[in-house]
Amino acid sequence: MELLTPDIGLLVWSTLAFLSLMFILKKFAWKPIVDSLDERNSSIADALAEAEKARKEIAELSSRNEEILKEAKEERNNILREANKVKEEIIAEAKTKAQEDAAKIMAAAKEDIEVQKLAVMADMKNAAANLSVEIAEKVLTRELSSKGEQEKYISELAAKANLN
Amino acid sequence: MRKFTLFFIATTIFMLAGVVAFGQNHEDEHTSTYAAEDEIHELSHEIHEAEAEFDVATMIMHHIADANEFHIAGDLSMPLPIILFDKLEGVKVFLSSAFHHGHTAVDGFVMDHGVVKKVKGEFPAGSVDVEVHHGEVVFNGEHFETESKSTLLEPSSFYDFSITKNVFTLLLSCIVLILIFVGMARSYKKGNLVPQGIYSALEPLVLFVKEEIAIPNIGEEKYAKFLPYLLTVFFFIWLNNIFGLIPFFPGSANLTGNIALTFLLAFITMIITNVYATKTYWGHIFNPPVPLPLKPLMIPIEIVGIISKPFALMIRLFANISAGHILILSLLSLIFIFKSYFVAPVSIGFVLFMSLLEILVGFLQAFIFTLLSALFIGLAQEDHH
Repeated sequence: MELLTPDIGLLVWSTLAFLSLMFILKKFAWKPIVDSLDERNSSIADALAEAEKARKEIAELSSRNEEILKEAKEERNNILREANKVKEEIIAEAKTKAQEDAAKIMAAAKEDIEVQKLAVMADMKNAAANLSVEIAEKVLTRELSSKGEQEKYISELAAKANLN
Repeated sequence: MRKFTLFFIATTIFMLAGVVAFGQNHEDEHTSTYAAEDEIHELSHEIHEAEAEFDVATMIMHHIADANEFHIAGDLSMPLPIILFDKLEGVKVFLSSAFHHGHTAVDGFVMDHGVVKKVKGEFPAGSVDVEVHHGEVVFNGEHFETESKSTLLEPSSFYDFSITKNVFTLLLSCIVLILIFVGMARSYKKGNLVPQGIYSALEPLVLFVKEEIAIPNIGEEKYAKFLPYLLTVFFFIWLNNIFGLIPFFPGSANLTGNIALTFLLAFITMIITNVYATKTYWGHIFNPPVPLPLKPLMIPIEIVGIISKPFALMIRLFANISAGHILILSLLSLIFIFKSYFVAPVSIGFVLFMSLLEILVGFLQAFIFTLLSALFIGLAQEDHH
């Protein structure tokens, strides 16, 4: 029965001790411990969230990189294609121009030839005229001597003038 | 873990060796007896036996009860302060060593098997030599009755506020808890969020009490107010359960198996439960949601429930821890009951097993007490739903 009757002395001491223990621990142990554990939990959660964010950002960045690369490739292709086109155009243009130039040169040459031909013709005509005048002069001077000889002379002159 | 096992095996062998040696000495004595002395020897043996009749119950009760001195080993005891409040003579303060283990009476007080008692009737003041045996004091050939200190149920003419074995353990455990947990708080405060050493073992327990006991039973919004109590009570009970299992100084006190302490803890749980209770809780008690004819039956039941829940807490802890101590002491007593060292290995094996079991029980009872306290507090925190 002694076991089942609470002893007053121990009861008083344990009340004092336990309550002081509770208040001391509450103030100097439980509060700081629980606070720092909460703080740690939230910092871990933050860090995890941040890591997730960073991961997403990296994924986004790499996808963008790919896009940029694709774009760059396309642009390069475009530039190449355009350059090819330009090259061909230039070649074609050069070709036509060369042809045109050649034609022009030919035309000019032809014209030149024509001009020269005309000049030669004029010269010849002049020479023929001069010759004719000379012949006529000579004929006129010889006309008095003989008629037969006159005709012979004319045909002689004519044969000479018929050089062209 | 292997070192630990080795240590246990070594200890067991050591203890066995001691017991065996003791038994052999005894036998030697036996064989050296001369035939002529047989009769005398037998007689003295009988007397000896009668005197030292091993009273298991008394021994065990003595061990699990409180004491005014702290027995260390053999005749060595640690004296403890005796603080007595006599209703007639006022306060008396002295050290328990003044009793000379019960051979001296001080101002009409004696020590009977480690417990202070007051001598009834006319008894001289000051220190006198006496013989004390089971509540009886013999002084100058005269026999005197004794009176025990006041308890909550049986008042007497004096109160004992001494630093007893249990009070000593109580204060010691408080100091240990303060050192450990204030140290733990400091280690966090240094900005070091990762626990080290013993703190890394205690941190999961703190979290366990918070996340597995407080929050599920009381609720996310309200648990914080009660957490300091739950944490304190958990670690206090656990540490003292473990202290009680240490078979030598400064352990061995049966503090958590003492009804005064379990009464206090259960009482605090009851106070917290009812002081912070919500209207819904009181509504359930004084206006239970049952048909009108049942109300006269239900209301007293609910009112009894206020007391019976903490009462169960008090008895559970007290009974479990005391039972563990009684069991271990009984198993050890087997050696002395059978007076044979062949029983020792069996006995010690069982004690070892029980001690390991008691380590588990010590934790379990701390957990159960805390869990049920949280549950009762949580039940009184319910709002309308």
